[in-house]
Amino acid sequence: MSDAIVLTGRAIRLSRRNLDAVITAMLLPVMLMLVFVYFFGGAINTGTEYVTYVVPGVMLLCAGFGSANTAVTVSNDMTGGIIDRFRSLDIGGTAIVAGHVAASVLRNAVATAIVFGVAFLIGFRPDADPLQWSAVAGVLLLFILAISWLSACFGLIARSPEAAGGFTFLMMFLPYPSSAFVPIGTMPGWLHGFAENQPVTPVIETLRALLLDQPVGDSAWRALVWCGGILAVAIACSGALFRRRTV
Amino acid sequence: MTSEPAIEARGLTKSYGEVSVLRGVDLSVARGSVFALLGPNGAGKTTTVRILATLTAPDAGRARVAGFDVVAERHQVRRAISLTGQYAAVDENQTGEENLRMMGRLTRLGRAEARRRAQELLERFDLAGAGRRTVGTYSGGMRRRLDLAAGLVGRPEVIFLDEPTTGLDPRSRQAMWEVVKGLVGDGVTVFPTTQYLEEADQLADRIAVVDGGRVVAEGTSAQLKERVAGQRLELVLGGPDAFEETARRLGARLVRSDADRLTLGVATDGSAAQIRALLDELDPGRRAVDRFTVRGATLDDVFLALTGHATTHDKETSGV
Repeated sequence: MSDAIVLTGRAIRLSRRNLDAVITAMLLPVMLMLVFVYFFGGAINTGTEYVTYVVPGVMLLCAGFGSANTAVTVSNDMTGGIIDRFRSLDIGGTAIVAGHVAASVLRNAVATAIVFGVAFLIGFRPDADPLQWSAVAGVLLLFILAISWLSACFGLIARSPEAAGGFTFLMMFLPYPSSAFVPIGTMPGWLHGFAENQPVTPVIETLRALLLDQPVGDSAWRALVWCGGILAVAIACSGALFRRRTV
Repeated sequence: MTSEPAIEARGLTKSYGEVSVLRGVDLSVARGSVFALLGPNGAGKTTTVRILATLTAPDAGRARVAGFDVVAERHQVRRAISLTGQYAAVDENQTGEENLRMMGRLTRLGRAEARRRAQELLERFDLAGAGRRTVGTYSGGMRRRLDLAAGLVGRPEVIFLDEPTTGLDPRSRQAMWEVVKGLVGDGVTVFPTTQYLEEADQLADRIAVVDGGRVVAEGTSAQLKERVAGQRLELVLGGPDAFEETARRLGARLVRSDADRLTLGVATDGSAAQIRALLDELDPGRRAVDRFTVRGATLDDVFLALTGHATTHDKETSGV
């Protein structure tokens, strides 16, 4: 445990000195939000102000895209000389991965807060009470944690940091076939099955319901099951992958 | 217990797929000594170090390091060793001091103690002025010194150094040698690998020469040099006929032959008496040999003398 804390401090220092990655992770969702709200928003009818509809989706895109960078930071360690040093110090794979994941959660919590700030500036006005706000933060943190740990698995599989970076693409596109930017009903029929049941949709629906003070329905537990499930599988996989990688 | 060797290996083998990297390595290294593993690329040096440092499991054979089995008791081994590899194992985006403090915390030092140890090592390795700069700004030599310092934070008993000077300029190499020699005073066992005979000579009490995954010779530097005579006399012949005639006279003593440039090599101790005698013997008519040079024996010569074949520059098998 103390190893994980030391390695979290390290990962945070490394993030602070690799500001371009952090800024990209923040800038891209902000730009997309502006594009959707000002360019496409007028043509999309969602029954509410479009900015109100789209912000939960943008939050998710920001959180997912930023978290996916964990694949790169993990792969950097695995392909450099430092992994041998850590192993010869008898530091386990879980502590190494946990350090990167913890730094990712912190990094993306800050990024998400900043994107929320920009959303307010362009007219996002949620109706959530403090309890709902805490729930929003909790769901986002769980989502960031799950995706970060899943990304770490890709970092353990990838043979180079560049290859690991490919995972960020997946996380950038996954929110599109969901209710993030347009209602699923406007998509072609064959896409409904995927869009309604993929993990991103219940998380967005939960965030949207909480922020707009609407009934959450069953999307909340579906979101929790998805995120919890992804996290559990990712933790198990990362342990096995680390052992396989370091035989 | 104290009489037990710091490192003891018996019959280590390791293959990666079809490639047999180690074919039965035996080693015994006394506590408090410097023991160099000398060999060309692909000889199995890195794989041997990785097995001894518990990072790779051998296919067969046993090894004990600091009194513990490297497979069954690897956690105890890890507490007693440090490994400084060919690739700098420090973070470019942390400062030298942050890297060392992190290593201190990871070896269970308290916060204040880790800070003290970092300062002490920075000063000892001539990095005090650079401690607050990120490692990305360091020169190759500074990076290696920091890397070595990072391996010492936890006061290991056995220090593995995989090619500590590869890629360094001659001055940095010299500085690195001084640093490595300084380690011995602490009573630790140092196990460097190198491709350079001179380096093994400078650093080590004993040297094991590895080739093709086996230890082909072991001894003190002086013992090995006796076997390779230390120098090579290179003869430039006057013409093709003289070249062939002289090659025939040399027979099995021939260590190098280049027909295009009409040069032949023979081992010598470099003394005037021996060279004079060789020239008289090989060129009784005093017309065959045009010129000659005496060169220090290279690793190639050592290999030729010890194995009967030149070094094989196989595909680098490290880091698999």
